[in-house]
Amino acid sequence: MSFEILTYSFMHRALISGVAIAILCSVIGLFLVLRRYSLFGDALAHSSFGGIALGLFAGVYPLWTAYGVSILSALIITKIKDRYNISGDASIAVLLSSGIAAGLVIISFSGGFSIDIFSFLFGSILLISVNDTVLILTLTGGILIVILLLYRQLLYSTFNEEQAKVSGIPVEKINYLIIFMAGLTVVTSIQLVGVLLISALFVIPNVTAIMYGRGFKQTAIISISFSVFSVLSGILISYIFDITPAGTIVLFSIGLLGATIGIKSLGLLSKN
Amino acid sequence: MLNAVEISHLTVKYPDVKALDDVSFVVKEGDFLGIIGPNGAGKSTLFDSMLGLNTTYTGTIKFFEQDIKKSKKYHNEIGYVPQKPEFEKNFPATVSDVVRMGLRNESDENKIDEILQQLWIHELRNRRIGELSGGQLQRVFIAKALVNNPKILILDEPVTGVDQQSIELFFSILRELNSKQGITIIWSSHDLDAVNKLANHVACLNRTLFFHGESEKFFSNDELVKQYSEASMQEHMHHH
Repeated sequence: MSFEILTYSFMHRALISGVAIAILCSVIGLFLVLRRYSLFGDALAHSSFGGIALGLFAGVYPLWTAYGVSILSALIITKIKDRYNISGDASIAVLLSSGIAAGLVIISFSGGFSIDIFSFLFGSILLISVNDTVLILTLTGGILIVILLLYRQLLYSTFNEEQAKVSGIPVEKINYLIIFMAGLTVVTSIQLVGVLLISALFVIPNVTAIMYGRGFKQTAIISISFSVFSVLSGILISYIFDITPAGTIVLFSIGLLGATIGIKSLGLLSKN
Repeated sequence: MLNAVEISHLTVKYPDVKALDDVSFVVKEGDFLGIIGPNGAGKSTLFDSMLGLNTTYTGTIKFFEQDIKKSKKYHNEIGYVPQKPEFEKNFPATVSDVVRMGLRNESDENKIDEILQQLWIHELRNRRIGELSGGQLQRVFIAKALVNNPKILILDEPVTGVDQQSIELFFSILRELNSKQGITIIWSSHDLDAVNKLANHVACLNRTLFFHGESEKFFSNDELVKQYSEASMQEHMHHH
């Protein structure tokens, strides 16, 4: 086995985009997990499937329509949920199935599945273009800057909405902002692991990190480290053994969670 | 003395009942007001309205002469300690993370250490919030409420999960905040003895305001005291 693979420029793009997506998904995912919104990433991804189908049908670059459809439907479902008092998990189920349903109908209009659809369902990180890499890096940078600037507001309203409101934080706006950023993140990450496995990147590294971290920043850093490790190992190992990167990345992530649970159950991880 | 709080003709109607009916009172700057009343007396509704969580009231609420519906500045003047601090049990936040959430001017890091020391919880600053006892948690939430130097502290007294020693410490902290730092305190409590010891004003609420005035006047009125100790006893039993 040689290090030759590290000289290919498609591999450079894959690794750089992968690391950026890993960081982004960890950070956004931590807020979602703590808000008991773990499956929201999944719902957004499935609704973006409708957007991808729409793009392929209309001859528009599918990720653009995916951004539009997933962010718009997420904001609408949140509004409906708040207005009519629908529970969080039920609203996620509605969002999830309507995206897939719309996607399937659009696909059948355009004459059935194509190879393009599969690359969106399961990711295609090794085929990522220079433009896509630039877009991923820009979005990652932009979202991380917003999070740093609004760190206290985001954290406080995640910790306890009511108290955040009392101290004058515009909690509702912050909630919409998180959903908007999650929408951007999900569609951006489709190229790495595909529609079907996105929520793994949002949830698994964070569930693992929460078992180690004490403070919020420490937990975020641990989660980012696990996520970056899984993505890098997943991409490289999958290339070497010619297997799917998406599945390999997620299995690495699950492996870290399993090891953590093992360490914990043996009592090796002290509480303090 | 300025009016720290001025509530006029506050009425809150729910579909079936009036939760508050034409409640008016004034809290002067530096007062220590104990609010007592049985369960369902409208104490939470009163607090929610004062804190901006319930806006469906008629009448006016003013902090330092400013109507809270017209000016948002009052958020800077008040610190609030909830009855039951609710959060995810495994939320990855340390004690100092939680206190920092309350800090508006984020460059003021020293303030966090200062307030933690003042409340005897400095050694807990790196502990995860979910590992603390009821009394420790209460002090963390007081620290969060105080970290911006508010002029008014509003507290919902916790009824369970706080041991006797912590209660004593809590009382002495309140006394010191009020007498030494001049912070106006509005405190909802079921403990008449404690109100008698600490507060200099008492408000008795049961949808309408039955009594509001100096605590000596309240505690020298045997009829009122008897009525409210029974009511608060029932509340106490209810919570256990």
